[in-house]
Amino acid sequence: MIEINKISKSFSSLKIIDEVSATFEKGKTNLIIGQSGSGKTVLMKCLLGLHDVDNGEILYDGKKFIKDDISKVSNLRKQMGMVFQGSALFDSMSVIDNIIFPLRMFSDKSDSEMLERAREVIERVDLKDVDNKFPSEISGGMKKRVAIARAIVLNPNYLFCDEPNSGLDPKTAIIIDKLIQEITVEYNITTIINTHDMNSVMEIGDKIIFLVDGKKIWEGNNKEILNTEDKLVNDFVYSSELFKKVKLSQKN
Amino acid sequence: MRIFFHIGRYFIMIKYTFSKFTKWSVLKKLIFQEIEDLILGSIGIVAFMSFLIGGVVAIQTALAIENPLLPGNLIGFATRQSVILEFAPTLISIIMAGKVGSFITSSIGTMRVTEQIDALEVMGINSFNYLIFPKIISLLLYPFLITLAMFLGILGGYIASVYAGFSTSFDFIQGIQLDFKVFHIIYTYIKTILFAFVLATIPSYHGFYMKGGALEVGKASNISFVWTSSVIIIINFIVTQLLLA
Repeated sequence: MIEINKISKSFSSLKIIDEVSATFEKGKTNLIIGQSGSGKTVLMKCLLGLHDVDNGEILYDGKKFIKDDISKVSNLRKQMGMVFQGSALFDSMSVIDNIIFPLRMFSDKSDSEMLERAREVIERVDLKDVDNKFPSEISGGMKKRVAIARAIVLNPNYLFCDEPNSGLDPKTAIIIDKLIQEITVEYNITTIINTHDMNSVMEIGDKIIFLVDGKKIWEGNNKEILNTEDKLVNDFVYSSELFKKVKLSQKN
Repeated sequence: MRIFFHIGRYFIMIKYTFSKFTKWSVLKKLIFQEIEDLILGSIGIVAFMSFLIGGVVAIQTALAIENPLLPGNLIGFATRQSVILEFAPTLISIIMAGKVGSFITSSIGTMRVTEQIDALEVMGINSFNYLIFPKIISLLLYPFLITLAMFLGILGGYIASVYAGFSTSFDFIQGIQLDFKVFHIIYTYIKTILFAFVLATIPSYHGFYMKGGALEVGKASNISFVWTSSVIIIINFIVTQLLLA
């Protein structure tokens, strides 16, 4: 479980995150949603310690995250997996080497044990015949799968995904969303996903927080979001014709 | 005033580069990879440039000496001094700032743009040590390149002056042996080691702290070359003042 208490972050005089508090639960897919520029990525980078927060505190399973405590942060980071928006695979490494990389850095396993573990996660994310290919030689959907495989290879306690289905076709996007949700339940991890994709929200939104201009406006789940009275949330949810029609059909 | 911010951040980067070391088994592979990219991959251009520069120095010296009273071994002597003291260490380092420096800035810059550096940091890896330290260690072999440049520069001078009829083989060889001071070689290697450190770290700094997209990677490489070559010239001046003046 990850808790954030009144965290704020500004760049120069511009406030990007404004006293946001939330609890991200274990074994659930926790979504941070909002329009582009609402502060989702900055909030996630604060959680990861890539940005220092100005105020407030972040607790990982009750323990305070203090960026200056290098050894504690280093240990905590070994328990984190991250799927970046652009996958962030290492260009100079093959797919298998990308997946093995965290094992090589942090485990004392032999080469054959590392390979075995990598093959397990490759199978889990349903990747086939790409072991020796390089990131530039595989599709966007495959890159996301490799990124997920790399993120879970060390059995993390926390999984962060920054817009994991951006740039993917709707079918592949849903497959990737479902894969993340299955892994969250299977590994019993705390998963936090940044997204502005309403399909993702409806498919895997176990818990959702909604940001507007760096402030948390609403909190709930994928069932509650369709029936909320909050105008800002409704403007976001029903911005597409598809969801307007869904609402209309529900009324009828 | 902005320059002091960059100088400060550069030294902080150096401090982090030598802290929280990456696992040795991983680091070893990275060092060998960097030796291949930065040193072995530069042998061709260094050999080509040095040979021709040595030839040009010998020809220009020969053309400048019209007085028949001057000794014949002067061409060999002047070629050796020019190549060893200046052309091999300094000019080749400026060429390397273009070749190796741009490569380092663009490769680290691309990693920054595509969030690969963020990925390293999220994993708990000291990205400074992982990316920059192997480059510094591999460039400890840079004196090997400069030795090659010295040898080929003098060989180029020999071939150009002897086969173009400016000097005899005997005179040239006598010239390169004349008044030889071992300290000049030491001075050259001191410069070379300092240049190697600059070649590894300044381009890394520009790649590491760049912001933006593909266009900015190009701009960062350009700025990196300007700064690396400028710092090489400044160090060259200071070291020459301290050791030879």
